[in-house]
Amino acid sequence: MTHGTQRAKEPVAVVGVGQTRHAAARRDVSLAGLVREAARRALDDAALDWADIDAVVLGKAPDFFEGVMMPELYLADALGAVGKPLLRVHTAGSVGGSTALVAADLVAARVHGTVLTLAFEKQSESNAMWGLSLPVPFQQPLLAGAGGFFAPHVRAYMRRTGAPDTVGTLVAYKDRRNALRNPYAHLHEADLTLEQVRSSPMLWDPIRYSETCPSSDGACAMVLTGRTGARRAPAPPAWVHGGAMRSEPTLFAGKDAVSPRAGRDCAADVYRQAGITDPRREIDAVEIYVPFSWYEPMWLENLGFAAEGEGWKLTESGATALDGDLPVNPSGGVLSTNPIGASGMLRFAEAALQVRGHAGDHQVPQARRALGHAYGGGSQFFAMWLVGAEPPGA
Amino acid sequence: MSAARDIAVVAYARTAPGTVTGDLSEVEMVLPVLREVLGATGLTTDRVGFVCSGSCDYLAGRAFSFTMALDGVGAWPPIAESHVETDGAWALYEAWVKLLTGAADTALVYAWGKPSAGDLPEVLTRQLDPYYLAPLWPDSVSLAALQARALLDAGVTDERELAATARRARVGGPEAAEPAVLPLRRGDCPPVTDGAAAVLLAAGDTARMLCERPAWIRGIDHRTEPHALGVRDLTDAPSARLAAERAGAYDPAAAPLEVAELHAPFSSQEVLLRRALRLGEGVCVNPSGGALAADPVMATGLIRIGEAAERVRHGGARRALAHATSGPCLQQNLVAVLEGDPS
Amino acid sequence: MTASAQPAPLSAPLTVEFPFTRSLGPVQSAFLTGLRERTVLGARTAGGRVLVPPPEYDPGTAAELRELVEIAPAGTVTSWAWNPAPRRGQPLAAPFAWVLVRLDGADSGLLHALAAPGPEAVRTGARVRIRWAGRRTGAVTDIACFEPDTESDAGSAGERAGEPGADRADAPWPRPHAAAFADPVTAVTLPARLEYTHTPGRAQTRFLHALAERRILGERCPGCRKVYVPPRGACPTCGVATAEQAEVGPAGTVTTFCVVNIKAKNLDIEVPYVYAHIALDGAGLALHGRIGGIPYDEVRMGLRVEPVWTEGSRYPDHYRPTGEPDADYDTYKDLL
Repeated sequence: MTHGTQRAKEPVAVVGVGQTRHAAARRDVSLAGLVREAARRALDDAALDWADIDAVVLGKAPDFFEGVMMPELYLADALGAVGKPLLRVHTAGSVGGSTALVAADLVAARVHGTVLTLAFEKQSESNAMWGLSLPVPFQQPLLAGAGGFFAPHVRAYMRRTGAPDTVGTLVAYKDRRNALRNPYAHLHEADLTLEQVRSSPMLWDPIRYSETCPSSDGACAMVLTGRTGARRAPAPPAWVHGGAMRSEPTLFAGKDAVSPRAGRDCAADVYRQAGITDPRREIDAVEIYVPFSWYEPMWLENLGFAAEGEGWKLTESGATALDGDLPVNPSGGVLSTNPIGASGMLRFAEAALQVRGHAGDHQVPQARRALGHAYGGGSQFFAMWLVGAEPPGA
Repeated sequence: MSAARDIAVVAYARTAPGTVTGDLSEVEMVLPVLREVLGATGLTTDRVGFVCSGSCDYLAGRAFSFTMALDGVGAWPPIAESHVETDGAWALYEAWVKLLTGAADTALVYAWGKPSAGDLPEVLTRQLDPYYLAPLWPDSVSLAALQARALLDAGVTDERELAATARRARVGGPEAAEPAVLPLRRGDCPPVTDGAAAVLLAAGDTARMLCERPAWIRGIDHRTEPHALGVRDLTDAPSARLAAERAGAYDPAAAPLEVAELHAPFSSQEVLLRRALRLGEGVCVNPSGGALAADPVMATGLIRIGEAAERVRHGGARRALAHATSGPCLQQNLVAVLEGDPS
Repeated sequence: MTASAQPAPLSAPLTVEFPFTRSLGPVQSAFLTGLRERTVLGARTAGGRVLVPPPEYDPGTAAELRELVEIAPAGTVTSWAWNPAPRRGQPLAAPFAWVLVRLDGADSGLLHALAAPGPEAVRTGARVRIRWAGRRTGAVTDIACFEPDTESDAGSAGERAGEPGADRADAPWPRPHAAAFADPVTAVTLPARLEYTHTPGRAQTRFLHALAERRILGERCPGCRKVYVPPRGACPTCGVATAEQAEVGPAGTVTTFCVVNIKAKNLDIEVPYVYAHIALDGAGLALHGRIGGIPYDEVRMGLRVEPVWTEGSRYPDHYRPTGEPDADYDTYKDLL
């Protein structure tokens, strides 16, 4: 069915990774200053300059967060996009991942040699809850806030699997401890104890305060290129072994909100591309989008790291800790840093840092293959990639 | 950029031009065009390799507005899908790239806009520099008028040519001569239009199987100008010309361009683009009426590609150019060159 | 139940409004603080061009711009447009001209308003000067507008300004400036308000009209036969229009829930309360609602409930227990 002259895809390498210092409010920079901080670091990491970039792909979540409609237009100058293609992606919370995948496709399709991809959110310009819950006439208002949207699904997971109600706090404690090793992370709670997590206020029972993500200002950027660019790179790249997006409707009859089929299908596609048959054994580090602690065990099942109903046991066993055999969110994850539009790209970028051996104090020793995961909307949009230290097929 | 894999428009549908769809929700507006392109090719959603859409929350006044339109696609089993927060022409570009990678052989692209929900010229002020420009609330008609004045001052056009361009796009009543923001008159500006459009892309033999005469995308490219109007030459659109060049519009070995569909919501911008893109007298510009006749924002650019493809598929044109734009005064420009097989 | 006549379309105003807080960064901070002090600063690029208002990054090279220079508060109109009906938020309430002005010493145009009696009083090349706002806070609106500069409007200045470099030799602008001010503005609050008319669509209109009669009306997919409530006009899994109406409920089952302990803004509900997913009898999926008439810590999955309507409320105020035995998990486990 495919055209006869078609060549194989160009292998895609991540040669530059940059992120901002994340904080509740980055009052020291403008929107442009924020994205530049991440972009400049990614370029420096790749030893490239603006002129080396052929195209820019930018993603962020709803424009209402900053009150700038299609902010890529205003940011074009800051991103060196004048005279170049500049593409804006928006797929809700998964957007950071989707944006990276669109950029990767530009290289894979040989449309461009070297692409800068970037995602950001400066939530302090407005208020995340305002941006997420603009009242719509005639619609019944959501009666519970963001956590209330997800808490019933957590309860459904607990009912389905019989997980003890302490598992979520283990995740929150682990991720906040990991964040202490990540200088860019928003939350650095050095004195936090597991007991404090367990006794933090119950906001949306069964979700406690310490089990929720913060609201952050931040940006993440990556430089993607093909084999030629990778050869010139000053440091070992991360190679993209597989990438996929999957979507399902927001609400529908028969939806499994605990383990959405779109997530399962997306992971299966990525593993097929990467030749992964046993993710638990073959993947060394995982960065998954966990905005509420319980989503770690839920996604572990959804992504095939644990059998259905067994994800919480993996978490409880300590396997997902930094020194476990399947470290999950060594960076501290979304629970420690959450500039919404950038959160997905941070997962993708942290996975790349791991296989490049560039993750610093939160490096997983000898990480050769890592998964980056993002999701959004009503657990309906998924984007994932699997990166490796070796070129695909090597 | 010319492609290593042949990709074509094989089906296109749009809502009736010039309508305000007051009582329809976005999905109710989008659903018929989705059914039409799928029906025309006999495809169902589960047999489409990739889906990509374009829309903008600021038109609807609601965050995540695109998630509701997804209801019209039938995204079950789950689909490979993406969304751009801009005109659907860029969604088509993303889908074209996906097909080039070989990861899919078909793609469904759609876009919609319901600008009648708000005051469009005012809404568009929110896409300007939030520090220096947006606080002044300069509406899109005013910015286009500044550009029109620059064209008049430079002697590139005159008010008679603007009026003639406006008349060609649509039959205007006496109100067409009333001042909008001078030098633009109401006839120089687009009417408020809601609408949706859908395009099906297919690669290689799949395209030949799905329709009789595919409109092959010989090249497609998009480029960007600086944001601030004060640093640009408002009488030119070098990024549009560069995109056209990269899309192969000026390939000396190719057949001459017969048709151009230009995304010019203002008559002055059509004049500017004809010149910037070096379209000769032999090129029939905007046979569909163009954006001046109907401007369902966020679908308008995708409609240009669809309409240009229609001229190739059913209108006997050998070669056509389609242009889409985004941002104030043509800040971003996309150009696609479409060709039919020699008949 | 079959499709009935389409009721009259509904619409309602939707206002999106927020006072956005914008941190400025060093260049924008200096420019806007300068305006407060009646000083116009521009940024000099590596190529020697002076851009006003000063961008943080060179549009041509993307280089970071940090060298600021002072520019004249007067300049030449490079383009203009006559705005006969100013809109809310624009600089002047009376008809005015939008202008791009190249201030003396600058190489780019600044967009603002020009106060003028009519379009005949405006022309490209006219000399204009800044009219400062009486109360200045460090915002682009500290420039109230431009006004004709009768003193220097001789035409020659305009022509001279049109030749790059020619004006630089004899003019004092741009001037060096330290761009350091006492009490600099580092952030601005910029309120934005947009007004929309929201129309919920035909399917939701049918649903809302039935709600007014305290009936909960879903729509059945002609393909998969599932009943959607509230109906959205399309079956999201089949991608086809729904039109066949089907009344659901009034009773239903709590499929899952959370206990809300944190008071949400804009919600006048005493905490703690239970926010639940409720599968109404006959519906293909759960909708959302609050559970009342039972202590919050006695709510459980499988609880049978029915709507409680109150005067003046479009939706049921909450759902209360029916007293029936709890539903078996298997009957609702696909409706969470």
